[in-house]
Amino acid sequence: MNNEPEKSERYYRLYKEQIGIISENSSPYINSFREAAIEKFNRLGIPTRKDEAYKYTNLDTFFNHEFGSYFMPSKSDFVKAEEFRCDIADLDTHGLVLLNGFYPTINGNFQQLPGGIWIGSLNAAANKFSSLVEKHYGRYADSETDGLLHLNTAMASDGVFIYVPENSILKKPIQIVNLVHSDVDIFNQHRNLIIVEKNADITLIICDHTLSPQRFLTNAVTEIYVGENAHFDIIRVQNEHNNAGKLTHTFIHQEQNSSASSNNITLHGGLVRNSTYHYLGGEGAESYSYGLYLADKWQHIDNFVNVDHAFPNCTSNQLFKGVLDDMSTGAFNGRIYVHKDAQGTLAYQKNNNILLTDDAKMDSKPQLEIYADDVKCSHGATVGQLDENALFYLQSRGINKRDARLMLMFGFAHEVIQNIKVEALRERMDNLVMQRLKGELSRCASCMVKCG
Amino acid sequence: MLIIKDLKVSIEGKIILKGISLEIKAGEIHAIMGPNGSGKSTLAAVLAGRDFAEVTEGTITYMGKNLFDMSPEERSKEGIFLGFQYPIEIPGVSMVNFLKTALNEHRKHDGLEPLSASDFLKIMREKKELVEIDSKLANRSVNEGFSGGEKKKNEIFQMSILEPRLAILDETDSGLDIDALRIVANGVNKLKKPDNSTIVITHYQRLLDYIVPDVVHVLYDGRIVKTAGKELAMELEKKGYDWIKQEVYQNGIA
Repeated sequence: MNNEPEKSERYYRLYKEQIGIISENSSPYINSFREAAIEKFNRLGIPTRKDEAYKYTNLDTFFNHEFGSYFMPSKSDFVKAEEFRCDIADLDTHGLVLLNGFYPTINGNFQQLPGGIWIGSLNAAANKFSSLVEKHYGRYADSETDGLLHLNTAMASDGVFIYVPENSILKKPIQIVNLVHSDVDIFNQHRNLIIVEKNADITLIICDHTLSPQRFLTNAVTEIYVGENAHFDIIRVQNEHNNAGKLTHTFIHQEQNSSASSNNITLHGGLVRNSTYHYLGGEGAESYSYGLYLADKWQHIDNFVNVDHAFPNCTSNQLFKGVLDDMSTGAFNGRIYVHKDAQGTLAYQKNNNILLTDDAKMDSKPQLEIYADDVKCSHGATVGQLDENALFYLQSRGINKRDARLMLMFGFAHEVIQNIKVEALRERMDNLVMQRLKGELSRCASCMVKCG
Repeated sequence: MLIIKDLKVSIEGKIILKGISLEIKAGEIHAIMGPNGSGKSTLAAVLAGRDFAEVTEGTITYMGKNLFDMSPEERSKEGIFLGFQYPIEIPGVSMVNFLKTALNEHRKHDGLEPLSASDFLKIMREKKELVEIDSKLANRSVNEGFSGGEKKKNEIFQMSILEPRLAILDETDSGLDIDALRIVANGVNKLKKPDNSTIVITHYQRLLDYIVPDVVHVLYDGRIVKTAGKELAMELEKKGYDWIKQEVYQNGIA
């Protein structure tokens, strides 16, 4: 239902007026999705709090805003992005720098990595790898309720494409540093497609940095295909300023005996909404969904997870933890859907939250729909304060109260961080989380690393 | 070292300690015994600075200073150590990080430089042997998934690293099998120095076979009703606590 037609109408008009610019660099195949998508968007509209899935998240401040730009950065902007270097010590990765979510077209050639892996822009891929794009694009991202997904399908003009062919195993992770920089307020929409074929194995790290204080809104969709027996880990590090809004929609489609994990680490951000959809589409698949969010001031962080058990003997595990300070708010919505034939399902979910003040607020909503009978499911949600007994225990050993509190919060957060398999990144995240908890990161919130 | 005078304590309006006086001199080991609910653990908590208990009357002087002016962490740094009856599990906080932070806080307090990671690990290795604690436990989160016996050994392990002047062991023997009890007691004895003091709080006499007290107090219904030498512990073991209760009623103290 379109709750607030006038707001959505604006985007519908924008699409109609700018369809030429939107579609000029895209392939006919990708463009062929746009018309149906904008009609779907027009029907569903921008989500409001009347939509069950957005009950706790108010998008108004961002969608009421007039942005200076709604489209891809110009070529000259990419020059700046090229100069950026991430300096995480010991983190040996295949690096790639994006600007506002877009692949640098300045030297927009494909990168080829060992094992026949290709990284490039989605538009370029639609030509070079047309059969792959046509096989996978638009196949996994779908929602009957979320208009933003369809707005992205209609309007996103490009994004990143990663292709990992059969049996290809990449030891070093791929790291995408996404810089958000602009002289005007911008609304970014990009669209990513990641194909990990049978028996392949890769780890993808995506770090977001806002580099300028303008108001940003990102509405990004990522479709991920994980083939039979393949292994895929995606780790997102979100560190944006208080004026930035980030809406991500990630669809992970898994074939049989595959294993995939998603880890969203939200260190900072004005408004963050991560929707992660896991589809277990073959027997013996395993999926892990992790999230850590640290919020203060007026920040709002919402994680929406949907795990779809469509086949027997699959395992899923959700672990989301948050520390909310000041008057910040958070939401967690975790749905487990077990189809009638998905016997032998194991599905777990845990959401734990610490509220540091009386004004901080957290809404946690587990949702289990189980239609098979041989199923093991569990869920648990807690919202509370720091454990007074643990605090006293640490103090009684000589640790002052402030440090004891930090230690407890750090320990709480570490349960999520410890699932990162790349050791250098895990250590880096531990450090960043510690800095964040000490209040040091918020002073330099626009960037998580020292950059030249 | 420690002088408690007429200490009265209540928890949520209920009077738990009804006027306790006690003096512990440097080098002494005192045992505080008594039936369940007599106030033993409350006394331990008050000494360590737990704030759920409200001190309504009385004074505690530790090393010449008013103990009530000191925060729990200051008490620790000044040499008070509480071995918890129920050690707390702290997931995500590693033993190494926890103990290194604690020890370096103590060192800072004493005007010493913080220890380097390697020097600290050396100390940990030495002390681990002393209390026969499994090496792997030291790499885990604080008390997380430890068995009852391991938790108690871990208390003594922490004590060995912090080297307190006054150790208060609150029911350290409860839930221990005879081997663990021996290890814990040996640890305490090895850590004993001529000028440091220990308060052993226990329900049973068992632990006192290993840690021999200079003085035994019986705490009953919030009061110390009997104080004597170590032979008192033997008598309690033989006769139980009932005769004490009867004596108390006959003398009309309660």
